[in-house]
Amino acid sequence: MTDGARPPRTPREAANWSRDRVIRANLRAVVGRAYPRIIGLTREPSWIFFEILLPFLAVSAFVFVYRALGAPEEFVGFVVVGGAMTAFWLNVVWMMAAQFYWEKDQGNLELYFTAPMHLMSVLAGMAIGGLVMTSSRALAVIVIGSVLYGVSYRIEDPLLLVGVFLLTMVPLYGLGMLFASLFLLWGREAFHLAQLLQEPIYFLGGVNFPIRHLGLVAGLVVATLPLAVGLDAMRQLIFPGEASEGVLPVGTEMLILAAMGVAFLLAARLALGYLETLARREGRLTLRWQ
Amino acid sequence: MPDELAIHARGVTRVYKAKPHPVTALDGVDLDVEPGEYFGLLGPNGAGKTTLIKILTTLLLPTSGTARIAGFDVVHETAKIRRVINMVAGGEQSGYGLLTVREQLWMFSQFYGLPQRDGWRKVDELIEVTGLAEQRDQKVRTLSTGQRQKLNFARGLLNDPWVLFLDEPTLGLDVAAARDLREHTLSWKAGAPGRTLLLTTHYMVEAEQLCDRIAIVDRGRILALGTPAELRRRVQAESIFRIELDRLPEVGGLETIAGLPGVLSAVRTDDDADGDGAGADRVALKLALADDSALTSVVTAVADRGSHLVGLAKSEPSLEDVFVELVGRGFGDSDEGDGTALS
Repeated sequence: MTDGARPPRTPREAANWSRDRVIRANLRAVVGRAYPRIIGLTREPSWIFFEILLPFLAVSAFVFVYRALGAPEEFVGFVVVGGAMTAFWLNVVWMMAAQFYWEKDQGNLELYFTAPMHLMSVLAGMAIGGLVMTSSRALAVIVIGSVLYGVSYRIEDPLLLVGVFLLTMVPLYGLGMLFASLFLLWGREAFHLAQLLQEPIYFLGGVNFPIRHLGLVAGLVVATLPLAVGLDAMRQLIFPGEASEGVLPVGTEMLILAAMGVAFLLAARLALGYLETLARREGRLTLRWQ
Repeated sequence: MPDELAIHARGVTRVYKAKPHPVTALDGVDLDVEPGEYFGLLGPNGAGKTTLIKILTTLLLPTSGTARIAGFDVVHETAKIRRVINMVAGGEQSGYGLLTVREQLWMFSQFYGLPQRDGWRKVDELIEVTGLAEQRDQKVRTLSTGQRQKLNFARGLLNDPWVLFLDEPTLGLDVAAARDLREHTLSWKAGAPGRTLLLTTHYMVEAEQLCDRIAIVDRGRILALGTPAELRRRVQAESIFRIELDRLPEVGGLETIAGLPGVLSAVRTDDDADGDGAGADRVALKLALADDSALTSVVTAVADRGSHLVGLAKSEPSLEDVFVELVGRGFGDSDEGDGTALS
């Protein structure tokens, strides 16, 4: 197949792809890999119970605690928004990061390696599919939370909010793409590490409260965790006021997110290159028995 | 210059780091496969077949030596190679169980860069060709092993590969499914001239049915290489024929035949071989001839002496006989040593 041109007559002709064709092929690979994730939404309805209703119990617990303590009503909104964003973090750590590991087990990884596309396209497809899938879950948490607990939003600039959200997703899923290679390299140890870090990330990520309350530590956190920076900026835009005062102004946090996005995507690409070299040199990443 | 060769390998060696000592999975393999040729690697588990395929499909680097696919180097020109090859392995569980057969194939078509319309057209064509029409909208996880392998085979053809690697493609399949798959492979050969197949298998019948040439490999080395007929001749220089006569020649008997030019030996093998006359409605003989042409003089001599030829069959060694002769053990007695896990 040659995108409309005549079929190649020799292998040499077949192997000679223009730059344009390479780009189009990689974009198709992104769509192809995103497809099973998105279609999975309609094929696996069990996610409604496991990934919305169960996590919602944790959100509810914080709502009751805040109300019992007489915290400002914005805190209920913080928890609901934090709960929605937690879905993305969980998606990154447990699906994006672990994906190559499972793909290797299924025998897909070998096929990805031998296909004429860049592995970054596979990761991008996973990320986009995961993003679409998780967005619907996050939306469900927000709708249910808002209806049940009467959260009121005061969004003055919805476009800016969408921009911050998307800008948060770039480094978050960039981190997931980086994790995908690292999890494959480190195997089970990486899973244990992810489990170990889960609660600290919830705490430092400011899922249930604004990280400004962490004081000096907050500055450091903002510099490393895209979830924390994104949540801090989004809360400032959703609940403007004293209670949601951020660590840094929204504009600055957007710049930090953009820088993180570039850094994590570059790191993911480097890690993938290293992974492929290692896989070919040692054979231990594509052979199922290793 | 080996550019025109579909596969070219010289001195390919692959050593795996392992404890307590490194394992040599391939040991100086030389191989040339012509475009359009169906080539088989026949050997037991641990022979190094899969390691060679992984090197040729750019999944592994050789420790030493060089290999090229369609003239492209497997170490430095991986992108070009990946545009002209595909690979299907036996027992492969690739893809995603929640997708339908059609969706799964379409997804892979996107990985091979097929435009949308071409992709769907190719998918539907391959579904028909591989006999998966009834399962078209069935989820992949509900397929039987045989159907699953047909799906894998269809996936392997999505990009019209110039070199297709089949690694133990019928492993674990029942007789009918394995036969179907072999037939699909032969159909592909007929429909796609110039395409090359490299097949690894430890099924003799499969190698013989599908391959123009075969290399017998063991412990990382190619022990013999040739057409199935050439390989058989390696272990049996003479031509063996089994003939049946209505009776022995009236003059000279068996000795007459044994003394003919080109006849190395003649042995009676029927029920009355001891010559007591019981059960001798036909006389069966096993003849060892210097070559096939000596048979003419045997037939003429028998007829001249009043006997009639009523049965004739050429007896050839099987590929398994060839393997046993070369390796010193059968497939069933394969060495399960260090190399086994490397297959």
